[in-house]
Amino acid sequence: MTDHNQKLVSLTIDGTPVEVPEGALIVNAARLVGIDIPVFCYHPKMEPVGMCRMCLVEIGRPIIDRATGQPVLDENGAPKIQFGPKLETACTTPVSPGMVVLGASEKAKAGRKDILEFLLTSHPLDCPVCDKGGECPLQNLTMGFGPGESRFLFDEKMKMDKHVPLGELIFLDRERCIQCARCVRFQDEIVDDPVIGFYQRGRSLEIVTYSEPGFDSYWSGNTTDICPVGALTTTDFRFRSRPWELRAAASICNQCPVGCNTTVNVRREASTGGNWTVKRVMPRQNEQVNEIWICDKGRFGYHYATHDGERLTQPLLRREGELQPASWEEALGVAAERLGQAGSGLFTLVGGRLANEDLFNLQQLTDALGGQSALYTHMGGGELTTQLGFAPGTNFGDMGAQSVILVVGSDLEEEAPLWWLRIKQAAQRGAKLIVLNARSTKLDRAADWVLRYPFGAAAAAVMALSNALSAKRPDLPEAVQELVRSPELRQAAKAFAEAQDAVILYGCDSMSLSESASLAQACANILLATGHTGRVNNGLLGVWPRPNDQGAWELGYRPHPDLAQALLSAKTLLIAAADPVSDDPSYQAAFGSDQFVIVQDLYLSATARLADVVLPAQSWLEHEGSFTSAERRVQRFAPALQPSTALPPITTSRGSNRAQLLMAARPDLQGPQADFAIPALLAARLNLDIQLSSESASLVFLRMAQASPAFAGLNYQRLAEVQPQWPIVGREDLYYGGTTYENSQGLGAHLSLPQATPSLAWPQLADFKLPKLGMIAFPITRLYDRGATLLRTSFLHQRTGEPYVVLNASDAARLKIQPGAMVRVNFTGTQNAVIVQARCSDELPERVLLAPRSFGIPIQEPIAVEVKPA
Amino acid sequence: MFVKEITRGMLTTLREFWSKPITIEYPEQKRPVRQRFKGRHTLKRYENGLEKCIGCSLCSAACPADAIFVESAENTDEERYSPGERYASTYEINMLRCIFCGYCEDACPTEAIVLGDNYEISFTDRRSAIYDKTMLIEPVYDPAQTTPRKVEPGRYTRSVPEMKDPD
Repeated sequence: MTDHNQKLVSLTIDGTPVEVPEGALIVNAARLVGIDIPVFCYHPKMEPVGMCRMCLVEIGRPIIDRATGQPVLDENGAPKIQFGPKLETACTTPVSPGMVVLGASEKAKAGRKDILEFLLTSHPLDCPVCDKGGECPLQNLTMGFGPGESRFLFDEKMKMDKHVPLGELIFLDRERCIQCARCVRFQDEIVDDPVIGFYQRGRSLEIVTYSEPGFDSYWSGNTTDICPVGALTTTDFRFRSRPWELRAAASICNQCPVGCNTTVNVRREASTGGNWTVKRVMPRQNEQVNEIWICDKGRFGYHYATHDGERLTQPLLRREGELQPASWEEALGVAAERLGQAGSGLFTLVGGRLANEDLFNLQQLTDALGGQSALYTHMGGGELTTQLGFAPGTNFGDMGAQSVILVVGSDLEEEAPLWWLRIKQAAQRGAKLIVLNARSTKLDRAADWVLRYPFGAAAAAVMALSNALSAKRPDLPEAVQELVRSPELRQAAKAFAEAQDAVILYGCDSMSLSESASLAQACANILLATGHTGRVNNGLLGVWPRPNDQGAWELGYRPHPDLAQALLSAKTLLIAAADPVSDDPSYQAAFGSDQFVIVQDLYLSATARLADVVLPAQSWLEHEGSFTSAERRVQRFAPALQPSTALPPITTSRGSNRAQLLMAARPDLQGPQADFAIPALLAARLNLDIQLSSESASLVFLRMAQASPAFAGLNYQRLAEVQPQWPIVGREDLYYGGTTYENSQGLGAHLSLPQATPSLAWPQLADFKLPKLGMIAFPITRLYDRGATLLRTSFLHQRTGEPYVVLNASDAARLKIQPGAMVRVNFTGTQNAVIVQARCSDELPERVLLAPRSFGIPIQEPIAVEVKPA
Repeated sequence: MFVKEITRGMLTTLREFWSKPITIEYPEQKRPVRQRFKGRHTLKRYENGLEKCIGCSLCSAACPADAIFVESAENTDEERYSPGERYASTYEINMLRCIFCGYCEDACPTEAIVLGDNYEISFTDRRSAIYDKTMLIEPVYDPAQTTPRKVEPGRYTRSVPEMKDPD
């Protein structure tokens, strides 16, 4: 709709003249000028099917004289219009010049009325208990266009199953379904997971799932948004609240680096003592980031950030070897004293889950004390994405035939589902997609070239791609020689070099920190060599493991190459939102007994258990802030909840006076504090010569914009700017786009690129050889993991499954391991060992073992292991 | 002086002394309420003891004083409160806010909430002005009629129970 190069067509809809691009559908043309043509089956993101007949309109076309090809004119000189004998569907009919559409005529109204009466013949009319009630297109359109009563007998309604679980996440109510096929089409057309479909015909028609487990898709929650009735509901929201009771807070998903715009719906609940409670997370439109979709991890994975019973609510202080509750005054006093003593012996470790403001304040505190700071991550290369990242204005949605997209070393649907979706759609629009990976991923289905490299040779594989373009051909490791000789590689390299626009997404699938850094360098080289930098729709993108890793890199945080040594040699440790000990128990040895450890986190994590002071932090739902997505888009999130406090309830008694009551209601510091506030409070106690705000995130952001060149010129007002988006969704016309929220709170802003571009550098290429004996375990990333941010969404546990490793069938046979049996994996060189389930795959090469990250398996980088039956 | 006036006043007193008093000895005696009197709410049950309330929150939406709060949950055959799919897990009315307009009664799709004839609502602090579900629901005296209860599967399959006379 937004392509301005197309030819425009003029027509009249209900007397309003409209000009729209050629090929546009009548229903969309009407929407552009604010005329409602009701629909059920049509959805602006999907191909029209014309199944529900709700959009019936009268269409008239000018009569054309066959001899002259000119319109026949009436006595007034206006073209004569001939109306069709029957009503036509506005959702399947493209506009034509001179067309006259009557959507509000008596004939059209009567047609819709009949369609609605028919749709309601067997509808149970159980709106009072239906979760869609209040935001239901069928309800709204019946009120607007339907008959007041039905001529069909109530007692003759079909009775069908009302509680059909399509898997454990989505429930189907067969009676409510109006068979518009939006869900089926969404799964087929949009996300390429055809796991649900129609079964039987006519009155017996029903939605069934073919997959095991049922409705096995990372996108299933979106079908409940676009369902025009209450036939599909989620386990999370089923019967939990009525839509009109919810308040909405604009937020940003913090489960992956995409930064999907979301709306968090909250309400006060008696069951939680009158506190605000999150009832559901819904997508919020941002056509440049997540369109109108979110994945199920983003939709359901918020539970960890709410008032969980295990959340830390007050500071803990180690006394006599035990962590004991303490007041903020006490805890901050002790922490500040030790920070002051440490000086340059301070080592600050931050996690990418923190907001920009948190990271900035922590860095300011560390710098003022002369300490060292580091980002806790297992993926490198961020110094390149800060320089060669996506230029402002870059949008996957604009990539088409002129673009080439290269995805290296990333299982995109598992790591950043929305990018998988948007890249797949770009490929469907004609963008050339090259997938370079050690193993098969779902993205392969959409790729033009699928290239494989041996495990551990990602950087060398990208070098092979750039070698194919140059006359000088430096030697590459033997591992990739087969790839070098393949004709597909040369075709792909040629397409990449010749493309007008090219982007590279690189990940850290089965890689260590240093390998992913080398891969980033190799990717940067090919971008620089082919001139695909510094322009819109060009650049390098890191598929980071955490939501704000890019923000941390932009602010100057870098991962430490030898983290264990850095931890051990520090005098005082300040750890925020990072839990190395859970990821790898051998880090425990890095915490010496003479060190002072300060941890700020949501939960008493394994690392926090080793701390001397634990400071409770607010989750991102409880305070304001901003994240920088890997696309370098800075986006704001608003607080949805009030932080849980350990305040005693205020009781009135005869003796208490107003001042005492106010004192009780507003003590100095109670409950968790924002991550940006904690360093500011510490700095205030240290009398440091820095100005850190502990109260206003927007003030922290302003200071950050002054201090950090990457954020220069940005402020919260900039991030709150919006512009019109197509399709128009989330207004009162819920039938058109679904229950997705409209974005009125800000689309965010891109960071500008620095002037200086990096020079070519030769990446370190490890000549990786698989061992003759033993095996090497490679870490992979799964969307549903057992990490702290997802484990508290208990109804996803069945999807996540137990910890497992994958190995080749012949390795399994050699080691006498049955598929599905438990195996013991010993990690060579460490004390670590786990007992996990073994899965077999024919696709993996021999001697390779795949182990998912954040599953309780201590794996961050490829490591030699010994596997035996447990 | 004023003999005439005093005599007339005393005569009035004497006449009223012998007439039937219009006051009653509350609380020992109670005046019957009018047929359409709107007193304290009751949450009704069906004859089999299952709760009529389906937890739809329409009463709370209709309430002009925002006095009603409902949280709902899903029934199972193991633990069934109401015949439909959904029941009120929390039902609270703040009697300090309630203006006894009866809109909740009008909004109720299952005739579960009824403003009864009880007007004896008093409390000494604000907290006890909030009447919860246990205080509002009709009491049952037969143990077999209590909720939640276990029922045989497949008996209650409608999301909103069918009523004999929906008017």
